Amino acid sequence: MADLTTDFLGIKSPNPFWLASAPPTDKEYNVRRAFEAGWGGVVWKTLGSEGPPVVNVNGPRYGVIHGADRRVLGLNNIELITDRDLQTNLDEITRVKKDWPDRAMIVSIMVPCEEQAWKDILPKVEATGADGIELNFGCPHGMSERGMGAAVGQVPEYIEMVTRWCKQYYSKPVIVKLTPNITDVRKPAEAARRGGADAVSLINTINSIVSVDLDTMSPHPSIDGKGTHGGYCGPAVKPIALSMVSEIARAPATHGMPISGIGGITTWRDAAEYITMGCGNVQVCTAAMTYGFKVVQEMISGLSRWMDEKGHTSIDDFRGAAIPNTTDWQYLNLNYVAKAKIDQDACISCGRCYAACEDTSHQAIAMSADRTFSVIDDECVACNLCVEVCPVENCITMVPMQAGTVDPRTGREVQAKPADWTTHPNNPGAVAAE
Amino acid sequence: MTEALRLDGIRAGRLGPEDLAKNFADLHPALTSHEATIAADRCYFCHDAPCVTACPTDIDIPLFIRQIATGTEEAAAKTIFDQNILGGMCARVCPTETLCEQVCVREVAEGKPVEIGRLQRFATDAMMADGEHPFTRAPDTGKSVAVVGAGPAGLAAAHRLALHGHSVTMFDARPKAGGLNEYGIAAYKTPHDYAQAEVDWLLKIGGITVETGKALGDGLTLSALRSDFDAVFLGIGLGGVGALGLDGEDMTGTENAVDFIATLRQTDDLTTLPVGRHVVVIGGGMTAVDAAVQSKLLGAETVTIAYRRNQAKMPASRYEQDLAATHGVRLMFGVVPVALRGDAQLREVELGYVDTDTKPTGETLILRADQLLRAIGQKLETMEGLTLDGGKIAVDASGKTSLADVWAGGDCASGGEDLTVTAVAEGRDAAMDIHASLTQSAP
Repeated sequence: MADLTTDFLGIKSPNPFWLASAPPTDKEYNVRRAFEAGWGGVVWKTLGSEGPPVVNVNGPRYGVIHGADRRVLGLNNIELITDRDLQTNLDEITRVKKDWPDRAMIVSIMVPCEEQAWKDILPKVEATGADGIELNFGCPHGMSERGMGAAVGQVPEYIEMVTRWCKQYYSKPVIVKLTPNITDVRKPAEAARRGGADAVSLINTINSIVSVDLDTMSPHPSIDGKGTHGGYCGPAVKPIALSMVSEIARAPATHGMPISGIGGITTWRDAAEYITMGCGNVQVCTAAMTYGFKVVQEMISGLSRWMDEKGHTSIDDFRGAAIPNTTDWQYLNLNYVAKAKIDQDACISCGRCYAACEDTSHQAIAMSADRTFSVIDDECVACNLCVEVCPVENCITMVPMQAGTVDPRTGREVQAKPADWTTHPNNPGAVAAE
Repeated sequence: MTEALRLDGIRAGRLGPEDLAKNFADLHPALTSHEATIAADRCYFCHDAPCVTACPTDIDIPLFIRQIATGTEEAAAKTIFDQNILGGMCARVCPTETLCEQVCVREVAEGKPVEIGRLQRFATDAMMADGEHPFTRAPDTGKSVAVVGAGPAGLAAAHRLALHGHSVTMFDARPKAGGLNEYGIAAYKTPHDYAQAEVDWLLKIGGITVETGKALGDGLTLSALRSDFDAVFLGIGLGGVGALGLDGEDMTGTENAVDFIATLRQTDDLTTLPVGRHVVVIGGGMTAVDAAVQSKLLGAETVTIAYRRNQAKMPASRYEQDLAATHGVRLMFGVVPVALRGDAQLREVELGYVDTDTKPTGETLILRADQLLRAIGQKLETMEGLTLDGGKIAVDASGKTSLADVWAGGDCASGGEDLTVTAVAEGRDAAMDIHASLTQSAP
C-alpha cells in the first residue's frame, strides 16, 4: 500500500490531508475529533493579539451556492478570526499537540502590521510546541477593514516585512497564506520568499456575495437586513486556486518553493491534482464543514488506491508531475488537430451537442430526421464543447488526426512536427522557426 | 377486513373505511418542492425533444421542467396550459409510459425517465392552488358556439373558443361536467374531487355556459343546434357498450365496466358500494384495468381480467398491466367468455381458450364469478346527417365533419387514440379551426 506520509518543511504527518485554518479548527474539541477521524494535521484557527478577542456577528455567518439536491458547490463566510481568548487557545494547542505528536499542528496568526505585535505573540506560540505557523494574509472580510488579513496580503512589501519579523522571532517553519484577491498571485509569493518564508499556502477565500434576497433586497447572509461580502470557498473555487498554485509552481522566482494547496478540495482526486501541481500537502475546509470529519477516510483510501494503481509509493513520486505540462498559450502545439467523434452506440440522442454547436459554436454537428447526430469534420474545430455538454461520459471524444492526413476544414496536411504561435506566420512578433 | 369479506355475492362493506381510504388514496402522491427540484434536474433539456413530439398536445416539456427547476412552477404551469388546458388531469391520467416518458432519452438510456407526469402535476397544482387562471378572454366576437359533451374534448374546445371571445354553451347528458374525467377514470388516479375542481378552474375564463342533463336525442337535436349557433362542436364520447351475446347477461351481477366505474366515482362513502367476492372483467383496455383494480381495492377476493388476444396486443399498457398484477388481479390472455351460469344471480363464468386468430381451441375453464364487468369497447350510436368512419364521426385533421358548421373531437371522432390527452388536442385544434372559420372575413 502506498505510503501517504508527508514531510512538509520537516513537519511530518501520516497523510497529506490537513484541515485549513477555519471554524473546524477553532478549538480543542473539534481538533481532537479531527485527529480521531484521521486528519494528518490541522492549521489552528487564526489567533489574534492578546486582549479582548474579536466579536463575531450574532446572525448568519454563511451563505451557500447550491447545486441540485442542495449539494454545496460554494460556501461564503463572514466569520472573523478566533473570538476566544488567546491564552485559552494556546493552552488547548499545547494539550492537543502533546497528545497527538504524530500529527501536524500549525498555528495561524493574524496580528496588526507592527513588529511589536508579532514579537509579542510568536514566543507564546512557540511555547505551545506546535510545528509551525501560518500567516493569515488572506481573510478578505472584516479583518481586512482593520488593516489585517487580505489588506496585508495585497501589499507584497508588507508580506515581506512581516515574514521577516516572523523568521526573526520564531524558530520553526513559517508558511505565508496568500489571498486570491489580487491581480497577480506571483507577486505576494515572491515577497514571501524574499522575506524568508518556508512555504506559501493558497488560496484563502475569494471576495464574494453569494446571493441577494429579492424580497428584502439584502445580500445573503443577511444580518438584520444588511449584508457584506464574505470569503468564498468550496468546490466552486478549485479551478481558480489550482491555476494560482500552478502560476507559483511555474514562475522562476518561486519555482520549487513548498506549497500547501487550498481551495475546494473535496475528494482524493482534487488532492492528487493539487499535488501534481507541486503541492506538498493540501488543506481542506468546506468538505469537512459540509460532511463532517469522516470525509478524510475517503480521501485517504482513494489517494492510496490511485497511487497503488499508478505504482507511486510516496507523495513525492508524483508531486509536481503536471507542472512541465502546464505552459503558456503561446507554446501550445498549433499543428495538433483533433476532431470530435460521437459513439453512436453510447449516444442517447438528447441533441445537446447539436444545440450547443449549432447555436453557439461552429455548426459542426449534423442532425438527421431520426435523431442521429454526427460530426461534420469540415467544420469541427475540436473545441470540446460537445464533449462537455454531452450527458454521457465518453460518448463524444476528441480524436487526434494522424500526421500526413488532410484536415478537411482547412484543407491542410496535418504536420507531425509541433509548431506554436511564436513561429506562426500570422503572429506579427513571430520568430523564425529553427 | 370485515365480516362481509368472505361472503359470496355482491356486497357492500367488504373492507372498512380505513382500508378503503388507504386503497383509494393518490396512486402517485404529489411531489414535494424539493422532490420536484431533484426530478427536474434530471431533464437534459434536449434539443427538439422527443417527449414533446410524443405528447399529443405538444407541451414544451423541457421548458416547463426548466421553469420548475428555477423555482417558477407557475410559469411552468402557463407553458403547460398554453397547449393543454387540462394539463392537470393529463398529468394524472396520461399513460406517460407510452407517451412522453417512453421516449425520454433517459428512459432509453437508463430505463428511468424524467418523471414528466409528476412534474407536470407539480406545476399545474401550484397554479391551481394559487387560484390563478393565466388567460384573459378576448373581447366578445358576437359569435356563439354549441359544445356538446363536457368531457376533455368539449372542455378544451370550449376554453379555447371562449378565450378567443366566442360565447360558448356547453351541454352534457350527465349531472356534472367533466365527462370521463369525472365518471370514467379510476378514483385513485384523480382523488380529492380533482375533476370538478379542474372544471371550475377552467370555467374561470368566462364566456362558457354549462347546461347539464341535455344530450343529442335527449332535449337536443343537431339540426336545432346548427340553426341556433354559429358552429357546433361534438365531443360526445362513445355511448353504448356491446353485449357479450351470451345467455344470462341479464342476471344480477353483469354490468358494464364504465357504469361500475361511474357509480364508484360518484359514491362518497365507498363502504356502501357493493362489489362481488369473485369478479371477472372482460376486456383488455384501460377501462378493464381501472375496473379490475378498483374491484380488488373494494375488497373482492379474486379479480380476473379475461382478454381475448395475447399480452402484446393488450391495449392497456404494460405499466397498467403491472399495476393490475401488483394489486393481485389475475391477467388471462387468449380467453373469451363462452357461458354465464347462475340463478337470478351470476355464479360462474366459463371461459374458452382461443388461438391467435381468436378461434376456440376447445379448452375451457370455469371461474367463480359473482360479478362480471364488460369492458369490451364502446360504440357510437348513429348520428343524424354525419358521415361515419369505422363507427366514429369522420373528421379531417382540423376536426371538421361532413357538415360545414359541425366539428367533432375526442373519442367520438375518427383518428387518434382514445385518450384524455388526445381528446384535449382534438378539442383545442377544432376550436382553432372554428375560430378561423368564424372570424374569416366575407369574400
